[in-house]
Amino acid sequence: MTDLAATDPLPKPKRDLAPILLPVALALLMIPLIGSTSSWLTLTAASLAMGMMIFIMASGLTLVFGLMDVLNFGHGAFIAVGAYVATLVLAPFAASIQADSLWMNLAVLAPAALLSMAVSGALGLVVERVLILPVYGQHLKQILMTTGGLIVAEQTMYALWGPQIIPMPLPASLRGSFILGDVAIAKYRVLAMLIGLAVFIAIQLVLNRTKLGLLIRAGVENREMVEALGYRIRRLFLGVFMTGSALAGLGGVMWALYREQVHASMSDDLTVLIFIVVIIGGLGSIGGCFIGAILVAMVANYGGFLVPKLALVSNILLMVAILMWRPRGLYAVTSR
Amino acid sequence: MMILSGDPPRSRVLTLVLVVIILALAATPFLFPGAKALNVAAKICVFAALVASYDLLLGYTGSVSFAHTMFYGIGSYAIAIALYGMGPNWAAVATGIVVGLPLAALLALAIGLFSLRVAAIFFAMITLAVASAFQVLASQLSWLTGGEDGRSFQLPELLRPGTVLISKSLFGFEINGRILTFYLVFAVSALMILALLRVVNSPFGRVLQAIRENRFRAEALGFRTVFHLTYANCLAALVAAGAGILNALWLRYAGPDTSLSFSIMLDILLMVVIGGMGTIYGAIIGASIFILAQNYLQSLMGVASKAASEAGLPLLPGLLHPDRWLLWLGLLFIASVYFFPTGVVGRLRNPAGDKGGGSH
Repeated sequence: MTDLAATDPLPKPKRDLAPILLPVALALLMIPLIGSTSSWLTLTAASLAMGMMIFIMASGLTLVFGLMDVLNFGHGAFIAVGAYVATLVLAPFAASIQADSLWMNLAVLAPAALLSMAVSGALGLVVERVLILPVYGQHLKQILMTTGGLIVAEQTMYALWGPQIIPMPLPASLRGSFILGDVAIAKYRVLAMLIGLAVFIAIQLVLNRTKLGLLIRAGVENREMVEALGYRIRRLFLGVFMTGSALAGLGGVMWALYREQVHASMSDDLTVLIFIVVIIGGLGSIGGCFIGAILVAMVANYGGFLVPKLALVSNILLMVAILMWRPRGLYAVTSR
Repeated sequence: MMILSGDPPRSRVLTLVLVVIILALAATPFLFPGAKALNVAAKICVFAALVASYDLLLGYTGSVSFAHTMFYGIGSYAIAIALYGMGPNWAAVATGIVVGLPLAALLALAIGLFSLRVAAIFFAMITLAVASAFQVLASQLSWLTGGEDGRSFQLPELLRPGTVLISKSLFGFEINGRILTFYLVFAVSALMILALLRVVNSPFGRVLQAIRENRFRAEALGFRTVFHLTYANCLAALVAAGAGILNALWLRYAGPDTSLSFSIMLDILLMVVIGGMGTIYGAIIGASIFILAQNYLQSLMGVASKAASEAGLPLLPGLLHPDRWLLWLGLLFIASVYFFPTGVVGRLRNPAGDKGGGSH
């Protein structure tokens, strides 16, 4: 230990830049492999948009695990619930969705997304109280309980909305692409990128600049200490859980619009992707989750373009490679 | 008690239930005529073995794997591809077994060495990811696996329904190749379950339980926990692949829906938890309850749903619709994890009920 005078600033934690450079390096490496610059730009934009959507869905999961050591295998249910609730708003206002005016479209989309977030957040409250509260600290039972919750939620959605696929057309003004030279970037992807970035920045600001964020970060690092200082960490956790569920709902709406359809089992494949992202990023790390989401999306898009057969397997390879390099994920936040 | 490896059911009611189930299964071809009853019985046998092998992982080592259907699928596909490619002969059956079982064990070894060193939660997530990748792989390699359609094949002469072994005039029952196949399934499943019972009651099984209760302490006592866990993982994979082989032989078909889908994985979880984790006997009970419910509860629910819709009740007809039977089993699953973590077997062994007695 070096001696510090009281007036000295605290030593800054070392910035760990290698993981940030990873997606950049991967993207640059792909330029010669893909050949044409315009398809590279399109693919990169697609990866960024997909990565942002996955990040929105995964961020809640990683925070919940980091803070409270709870892994929610039913996280995917919130995604599907969010998408279904959005159809409740979007279906009656189909006319204004089809109108070719950005403002009219957004005037319907925004309330739909907010309602989805509210409903999945409220569902998060119920799930936390009913399913997770009784089994804190018992991993095995948590996995079983939340898996059971997933089964029940999926079946209830089938009972309420039926087993058929519900179409969810993109609003008129978000269809089509921006054309820059010979590069085409879908408009909706730009919107997805903007929302994803906004969510990321908002989470980072809350975590790093507010007292609430300070408590959450402290809780991730050492739960007992925060409790000993007199803060009700259970309530804090409930808030984080509800926020995470609401974000999953938002991600569900965005994903449903991206795919233009809603189905109760839409979250099955996504859950796998989200788990891979959370593992790659390091459980509990928002930054790692962000980078992991972009990496997974890049591998899916570039891989789908270069070797289409390997699309899902390539994600496993990515996970293996990252875990060989850093066994606890890109950023190891928790000591667990 | 030799055959049960010194681990009897330890409850009079449980013994009675088990004896009734096993006798009913054994006598199904004679007691319950018709193809459906025989199908249900064969499925119970296959799943009892499959769930018992999962119990070795979940109940005895406390690690949650979502890749168990992958091993089951490897067994199914190995035998299906061999019989499809080499024609219906015994050499093909042998090839399927010789290729399928080691393949499953090797894959289990790889997954185990890669992910069992870390926490249970990592293992669960990694197995989920690997299993879903395998599912995609199986549906994409359509030249080998037949893609989404799967592979139908013919059995060797002896096991075909058309082969009459003992004609009806002798006992009043016709013993044909189909019934012989059923007894093959029944006998091999029983053998595998007994073998698992042997494994969990060996010193090796005790170490697994020690790891489940406190991995750190087990390691401090000098047991190489990664070795034990990986070994258990491989054994479970072998039995799962064996169950897959039986399943494919019975159905004369292997496809993604019958042997690989994630919903089978959830079914296995439901069966093991409802039956009772860490008991092996729970597998027989769980599989029987679940598969009987799957096949017969639905028609009951259909009646109830109709009655509810005729009475004009809202929502209830949808919730009671025959396709929603899994909803009710899911609720039962949650309730059993919470209220009786040792499942039906635990309840029967300890009817007084140590509430929430699960210590892991």
